Amino acid sequence: MARVILQNVWKRFGDAEIVKDFSLEVPDKEFCVLVGPSGCGKSTTLRMVAGLEEVTAGDIIIGDRRVNDLPPKDRDIAMVFQNYALYPHMTVYENMAFGLKLKKFSDPEISMRVKEAAEILGIAHLLDRKPKQLSGGQRQRVAVGRAIVRKPKVFLFDEPLSNLDAKLRVQMRAELKKMHERLQSTIIYVTHDQTEAMTMGDRICIMKDGSIQQVDNPLSVYEKPDNRFVGGFIGSPPMNFMEAEVIVRGEECFLNEGMFEIAVRRRYKDNVMPYVNKKLILGIRPEDIHDKLSFTLNLKEGNVMSGMVDVVEPLGSEIFLHVNTGKNEIICRVDAHSKVQPNNIIELVVDTRKIHLFEAETGCSILQ
Amino acid sequence: MTLYHIMKIKKYVNHAILYSLLILFGITMVFPFLWMLSTSLKDPSQVFTASLQLIPDPIVWKNYAEAWEAIPFGRFYMNSVAVALAVTLGQVLTSSMAAYAFSRLKFPGRDSIFLGYLATMMIPGMVVTIPVFILLKSLGWLDSYKALILPGVFSAYGTFMLRQFFMTLPADLEDAAKIDGCSLWRIYWQIILPLSKPALSTLAMFTFLGNWQSFFWPLVVTSSESMKTLPIGLSYFQDIYTTEWTLLMAGSIIVLVPALLVFILNQKFITQGIALTGLKG
Ligand SMILES: Nc1ncnc2c1ncn2[C@@H]1O[C@H](COP(=O)(O)OP(=O)(O)OP(=O)(O)O)[C@@H](O)[C@H]1O
Ligand SMILES: [Mg+2]
Repeated sequence: MARVILQNVWKRFGDAEIVKDFSLEVPDKEFCVLVGPSGCGKSTTLRMVAGLEEVTAGDIIIGDRRVNDLPPKDRDIAMVFQNYALYPHMTVYENMAFGLKLKKFSDPEISMRVKEAAEILGIAHLLDRKPKQLSGGQRQRVAVGRAIVRKPKVFLFDEPLSNLDAKLRVQMRAELKKMHERLQSTIIYVTHDQTEAMTMGDRICIMKDGSIQQVDNPLSVYEKPDNRFVGGFIGSPPMNFMEAEVIVRGEECFLNEGMFEIAVRRRYKDNVMPYVNKKLILGIRPEDIHDKLSFTLNLKEGNVMSGMVDVVEPLGSEIFLHVNTGKNEIICRVDAHSKVQPNNIIELVVDTRKIHLFEAETGCSILQ
Repeated sequence: MTLYHIMKIKKYVNHAILYSLLILFGITMVFPFLWMLSTSLKDPSQVFTASLQLIPDPIVWKNYAEAWEAIPFGRFYMNSVAVALAVTLGQVLTSSMAAYAFSRLKFPGRDSIFLGYLATMMIPGMVVTIPVFILLKSLGWLDSYKALILPGVFSAYGTFMLRQFFMTLPADLEDAAKIDGCSLWRIYWQIILPLSKPALSTLAMFTFLGNWQSFFWPLVVTSSESMKTLPIGLSYFQDIYTTEWTLLMAGSIIVLVPALLVFILNQKFITQGIALTGLKG
């Protein structure tokens, strides 16, 4: 098992800078998730770690070795591809055994490892089949099995679940996590799905346009996003953003959205003071905006807003409301038994402990 | 009559028309072969009768024996088989290797070299006959298997066709193989080739058939009897003054059989879709 370090890694295709000054240290045994929108360079980064793509500049270290110039097979990694990339002309057994054969393992050893992996993944009865005789979920398991049998130092996953249906994805998510616990291996896992990132990662690395935006554990990323992009990317439905002007009245500091005002808590006052009479981006997560009727706690002057309900989305466990404040369209989460109807006027309370504030130009958080 | 019935009848009529047309075309295609078969079993006196008699009376089997005796068929057969097989094997090998390089490896000037190679397809074969002849002559290879085989082993067309096919194979397979520890050679040999069976066998079939019936080139480069191939042998039946039609047709049938076999055996591969189902959906 081993750590993986990327030091100031760059990747250019011609003139296009795809990965920019990427530095990340993944400690031994960590499940690290690379997440970001489509085309942000996640796969490219992963492929550089695998050795399938050359590094334009910077260093990649696996264990204690700089591996920039090592071919993939000598890096002691295994990779699972989005489309599984099983060899169509080989049986499941042969697919899993292929790499071991090339490494000159003895036949009994190969057979033992393949059977063991097949047992773990519940595909022992499929070993004689060809990939085309398998369902999507089974192929996915075989692809994982092919990685497991090699007992690599590092597993690399490139969106391995994105071709599965929603139910199977949830199931495989849990299974991969269990597998990680059992194998105690280092994993770098690429996905564009923030739910996968949140549920699976020990740490999440959020990327945008080839640069790292934030690296932290899921909860910190969720509660303390470094910038507006992270705040908007992590969480579903996404964080509400609105422009608000900072104004001071007496001792108190307020954020004025235009239609309503929110009092800034005392502990954030120092962060906000430099922006008096300037605009900030106010970020509030849907679950931090409450129906005034059901929210009795901590009701203070200056954190109530009202708006007209546009859309009601009942999910069973909760209801999401799309509310128009007059200036912004926001989403908030209310109780599943709320009787709110479209076109109702609703009063909402903002939990001021949970607000996020970002600089208007740079999008950086000012609350850190 | 309901609408349903009318539609059903319409469907039958449509099918009837379609099938009649297809059968008509089928007969037009097959008829020359049947006529050849028929002639090969006729008595020489019946070849040019006015009536269109498809089943000869009497059936003259001995035409075949005579044709076989008339020229050194055994030797020609062996030459033809050896040359066609060697050219086919060689061409499939060189074409697939070149195609792999042109489709999968990255090296400077790759695409311009490929374009240059393709451009050679624009040059008619006749134009290079004399240069190649002179080349073989100066190598001292005339009238040998080398002369019959080597010029046919390299093919821009085969390279082009296989390159196009290889480019449709998913790159992830190769990446997976690299991680599994394959060298480039092994990727070519154990991943690319097995997945390209349909394309390879199509190329092999066309090469074999093309070579089997090749007349001009063997005629040009061979002089001794022991180097001749079947198509040249057949031309022996055709004299300036007389042509022994029954023997010529019997000989042609004998020559045709292996080609037909190759075609029938390959049909499965050619019509078979490409099973790339190790990949999604
Ligand atoms: N070989 C290449 N040549 C040129 N550009 C490339 C190459 N490979 C990838 N790119 C570009 O690099 C960018 C990042 O690609 P990459 O595959 O890493 O994105 P990704 O984050 O994995 O996206 P997705 O979630 O869609 O898989 C894309 O804009 C892509 O067009
Ligand atoms: Mg990708």
